[in-house]
Amino acid sequence: MRINCPLCGPRDRREFHYYGAEDFLHRPAEGAAPEAWDNHLHQRDNPAGITKDLWYHETGCSSWLLITRNTVTHEIHSAELVADRKVPTP
Amino acid sequence: MRYSGLKVITQGLFGNKGWTPAWRNPAPKADYDAIIIGGGGHGLATAFYLAKNHGLTNIAVLEKSHIGSGNIGRNTTIVRANYFLPGNSEFYSHSLKLWEGMEAELNYNVMHSQRGLINLFHSDGQRDAFVRRGNAMINQGDDAILLDRDGVREHLPYLDFEQTRFPIYGGLLHPRGGSARHDAVAWGYARGADQRGVDLIQNCEVTGIDVENGVVRGVQTTRGAIRAKKVGIIVAGRSSQVAAMAGMRLPIESHILQAFVTEGLKPVINHVVSFGMGHFYISQSDKGGLVFGGDLDFYASYASRGNLPMVEHVMEAGMTLMPMIGRAKVLRSWGGIMDMTPDGSPIIDKTHIDGLFIDAGWNYGGFKAVPASGWCMAHLMATGESHEVARRFKLNRFATGHLLDEEGTGAQHNLH
Repeated sequence: MRINCPLCGPRDRREFHYYGAEDFLHRPAEGAAPEAWDNHLHQRDNPAGITKDLWYHETGCSSWLLITRNTVTHEIHSAELVADRKVPTP
Repeated sequence: MRYSGLKVITQGLFGNKGWTPAWRNPAPKADYDAIIIGGGGHGLATAFYLAKNHGLTNIAVLEKSHIGSGNIGRNTTIVRANYFLPGNSEFYSHSLKLWEGMEAELNYNVMHSQRGLINLFHSDGQRDAFVRRGNAMINQGDDAILLDRDGVREHLPYLDFEQTRFPIYGGLLHPRGGSARHDAVAWGYARGADQRGVDLIQNCEVTGIDVENGVVRGVQTTRGAIRAKKVGIIVAGRSSQVAAMAGMRLPIESHILQAFVTEGLKPVINHVVSFGMGHFYISQSDKGGLVFGGDLDFYASYASRGNLPMVEHVMEAGMTLMPMIGRAKVLRSWGGIMDMTPDGSPIIDKTHIDGLFIDAGWNYGGFKAVPASGWCMAHLMATGESHEVARRFKLNRFATGHLLDEEGTGAQHNLH
């Protein structure tokens, strides 16, 4: 498996550390209900197919990446920098 | 047909022409008292104990492929009861007792072999943790013996004790631990359930779960709609997909765990040996193959096959621990799809839908749990109450904070 890092180009999977599903990017607001935290931390769609998850380019550029890939075929569709995402201001 | 040694001899003398199929192949009826989705080890054990312990025989087990085609036939067959957290300890202890009576109970040779399990430790801190674990096992009524280095050497003289990275300090021996023949467990429970009137319906994939006003009514399948008062989802590996049919999101992320088997060798490894520091464990099957495995591939996957970095890691760990296996040729490797939960413990519980139950989240410890999981899930489905030894395997424990993190590694699915 090779991941195309936006900064470093295609690199071996071993350079990257998997963190978890995209849900980790959607942190509940302060004072959110416990259910929101449960959803954020534990509950998952866990699709068999296309998914988005977070990877850290540990032995490369140290960027956090949001990767779109297929959990059945291991095909990687895209990798974008988490830092480039437009985060709506609360 | 009852199996016995005499039967094997007489059948052998007369050309083995008298054997009959071990179970029927019925068409699905329109209506059942209970439906089990999933004809794997846990589903078949649940059906068996529903019939045997609770007298419920108007049951169907729906399997999308053939009996035992999932994780029950894709694991490393280790049976043990070496947990220490209350909630896990009594459950796996119960399971081991059921293993010990399984062959007599099922009249089926599952080749359960209590050859002893040795967990190695490599530091003073790890020794302390293993002493604590051993005491917890003894308090639970199971067995544990702390071995120092010489004690381990007596059992496992072939290990590399002086390896530079993780010198071996000793090990925790669990004499009642061992292994079993994985397929036979599925076949034994299937036959036992069938004999008690349970319909095992193969090649019947569930495509929908019918719910009306918060009450389960039955399922839609590739072989038509089937009505039922109770439905149990027991499909570890595909739990999220089946639960989604009932509108549920689960605390599960699927990961791949790889395992390997070598060509058949003469008896060389007499125990189950685990080398936690290398994420490596090994035993030898009765056929002679060395069966070993490592850690997760670490990223969510349903591929049923692993990636090469973990293959390399497992081989390195094996060579570090026991260089003698380096000449053995690996015949096969495979990846099993694991329901990983955020605390590494399973779920046996009701759902928010009346009559719908779920048994899932077995991480990579599902094989040894097969009998107790079936026992407790059957109890839950028959009585509506959690069984005493499975009362902490709640679906909502992540929201309420009642986690069962046996390894203490944190609330991330892939860390367990």
